[in-house]
Amino acid sequence: MTNNLTNKNIDILENPVLKMEHLHVAYGKTDKYAVRDVSATIKKNAITAIMGPSGCGKSTLLRAINRMHQLYPDIKTLGNIYLNDEDITKMSAIHLRRKIGMVFQRPNPFPTMSIYDNVVAGYKLNGIRMKKNERDAIVEKSLISVGLWDEVKDSLRKKGTFLSGGQQQRLCIARAIAFKPDVILLDEPTSALDPIATSKVEDLLVQLKKEYTIVLVTHNMSQAARISDYSMFMYLGDLVEYGKTKMMFTNPRDKKTEEYLTGKFG
Amino acid sequence: MGQKNSVKMEAHKLKDNSAYRTLKDKVFLIGVIIVSVITISPIVLIIGKLVWEGVGQINFSFFTETTPSTFEAMTAVANNEVIPGGIVNGIMGTFLIVGMASLIAIPIGILIGLFLYENQQSRYAGLIRSLSDILQGVPSIVLGLISYLWVVKNVVQGYSALAGSVALAVMMLPLIIRSTEETMKMIPGTLKEAALALGVPYYKVIIRVLIPSGFSGLATGVLLAISRILGETAPLMLTTLGNPMINWDITAPTSAVPLLIWNFYNDPNMINLIWSSSLFLMGFVLTMNIISKRLVAKI
Amino acid sequence: MKSDTITKYVLFISSLVVLLVSAGMVLSLVGDAVPVFEKFGWRFIISTDWNPTEGRESYGALPFIAGTISTSVLALLICLPMAFATSLFVAEYFRKTYVSSILGSMVDLLAGVPSIVYGLWGFYTLRPFIVSLGLDAQGYGIFTAGLILAIMIIPYATSISSEIIAMVPVELKEAAYSLGATRYEVIMYVVLPNARSGIVASFILAFGRALGETMAVTMLIGNTNIIPTGLFSTGNSMASVIANQFGEADGLKMSALIAIGLLLFVITGIINALGKMVIKRMSR
Repeated sequence: MTNNLTNKNIDILENPVLKMEHLHVAYGKTDKYAVRDVSATIKKNAITAIMGPSGCGKSTLLRAINRMHQLYPDIKTLGNIYLNDEDITKMSAIHLRRKIGMVFQRPNPFPTMSIYDNVVAGYKLNGIRMKKNERDAIVEKSLISVGLWDEVKDSLRKKGTFLSGGQQQRLCIARAIAFKPDVILLDEPTSALDPIATSKVEDLLVQLKKEYTIVLVTHNMSQAARISDYSMFMYLGDLVEYGKTKMMFTNPRDKKTEEYLTGKFG
Repeated sequence: MGQKNSVKMEAHKLKDNSAYRTLKDKVFLIGVIIVSVITISPIVLIIGKLVWEGVGQINFSFFTETTPSTFEAMTAVANNEVIPGGIVNGIMGTFLIVGMASLIAIPIGILIGLFLYENQQSRYAGLIRSLSDILQGVPSIVLGLISYLWVVKNVVQGYSALAGSVALAVMMLPLIIRSTEETMKMIPGTLKEAALALGVPYYKVIIRVLIPSGFSGLATGVLLAISRILGETAPLMLTTLGNPMINWDITAPTSAVPLLIWNFYNDPNMINLIWSSSLFLMGFVLTMNIISKRLVAKI
Repeated sequence: MKSDTITKYVLFISSLVVLLVSAGMVLSLVGDAVPVFEKFGWRFIISTDWNPTEGRESYGALPFIAGTISTSVLALLICLPMAFATSLFVAEYFRKTYVSSILGSMVDLLAGVPSIVYGLWGFYTLRPFIVSLGLDAQGYGIFTAGLILAIMIIPYATSISSEIIAMVPVELKEAAYSLGATRYEVIMYVVLPNARSGIVASFILAFGRALGETMAVTMLIGNTNIIPTGLFSTGNSMASVIANQFGEADGLKMSALIAIGLLLFVITGIINALGKMVIKRMSR
């Protein structure tokens, strides 16, 4: 097992937040794996990018981490994932997802809720009652963290869907961090945004890694190069290469990685 | 920022309510399943009752003979026999009334549907569409009143099959208009444009292109509309009255299966006939329904 | 070219049928209701007196209005949890599964049962059942009629609700799950608020259906011309009184029945327009 972990991972990470062991994910019939035998560890307070051509299984891998797949009975997940050395399959989904926040490809603030309610949606959904001043503080702090406070502080009661796409996505990040998770999973968070909004989100992620561990799925190589500390390259369900981003981009070990990074396919 | 840090929300400090919430989640699911099963149980009970009580009365003469008189029925019941006669006058009446309603409503409904499709944006078409929606919501008994005022009082001067057909045709019309417009919207616009570009007159495009390519959609709409009116009783009570004999004269009172059920229900001697007649009616309506669903599945 | 113009005219002229039928309907109903309104004025709507004896004729529609409203409201209340659960079953919990399509088509079958068959089943099965429960000695009345109406309108309340519930974007539900919500919480805080206007619209339209139902109500409501005094009180509805008394009506009594028809037409028209408005606002 150790062997398997090392062969793709030159720097064995000290006290990792997440550890995946022989992870397989299959849609429908069990012989068709979207993710095949992935083992890797994720470093704390760093941005780890997962990249690869579309259909390579990067989103599927990400969604295994907060057990999103269990919402769909025909998706089968095998193997183990540990969050701070705790087996996630042994945790309740409620508890796990409180510790692992998620941001989706398209901004999806709850359209029936105000900006304010969107930020504290996690508390409301989980049936946690708070005093108003506590709630106000969480809203303010979360919105400050994503750099949205100055833009929306006068319109907290407006619907979140009135914001621009980039603002909506930052609101979704605020919603995820309002709960103080250990890890934030981001599934191509900028693919629906324009370049200016994209760079704002990227700056924000670099800021946030001081407090959180970030796992980012991206279809955009230059984004991974710009902001990630570690990179995984996946191809057809396999984790082909995993290492420090700088090393991988300057000196890829695998031929497939090199071809992808030089734009031969993808 | 400093003051904000004084409020610390640590995940482990939050009360762990997950056991309670998971239980609530499960209880709700079980509740949904139980209530759903209760909701559909009447259909099983109704069909069961109709089959259980009705099958015994269904025989050859049920479909070939007219309704017995109260006296005949009373004698049969007194002697513990099956009530003689059948409901052929009702079946034929239903064919006559529903057939005539279809003859009125289907062509007009399709034309209006085409009109709405051709004039999507116009305000006048919007008005027609809204009026058609309102017509669809008019209670059938009110349609019976209307047809009584129009046909019974002013055209035929008496209860007649025609009056019943008019009431049912008004009921069918909005359904056919709606289904025609929806079907036409599904046909790719290029198909029509290609034909028009070749210089084909528009009426030929309608007959040769639009109607054939939307045929299954139109047929579904028609069958659903017919299945909707087959079981209508109230409007016929006010318009066709009923007739113990088979009648093909559209200006004369005529019977129909639902009207017969109402008569049997009100005549203590004929009670045994209500279940078989209802079973027949229900079977007829459901067959129409199933055929139309099959057509949808085929598209 | 010329044939195209003719085609356009034919289509346009056929559209006039809808205008004529709608206008004619209103004119006929109003025209024939005039005598009773001339004689009694507003008293026709607020009076409870219904006396067809010649010479002392007096017609008031209030008992029938009360009967229609109370049976329909009761039907709506009973149908609410049932249609709600069924919609969640079909469109959320068991979406796209075999059981959901079976349950869905059974609900559709409910819409195919003729009103008179519901009446028979209500009379011979439901009514004795209510008597055997000891709820009422005869089993006729507002409760029995409301119960059968509830069953009849379930398919209408379910069809739009389940369509709208199925349309709530997966991304929103996943966002809520990713925050740790249970399915119940996702339904309560995300699915329902997002499907709210569709659900409201479908219940309004179902209510409109209940108002106009005739046969089943006529067979179960008890047909007494009084304002219902309780859940198990008998009464009469607007549609039932037309169906029951039409045969022996003429003159002023006929006019009174037609006036009731006009009131029914107006009430259902308003309710349906309201439902359509909610749907239209939603699609924007």
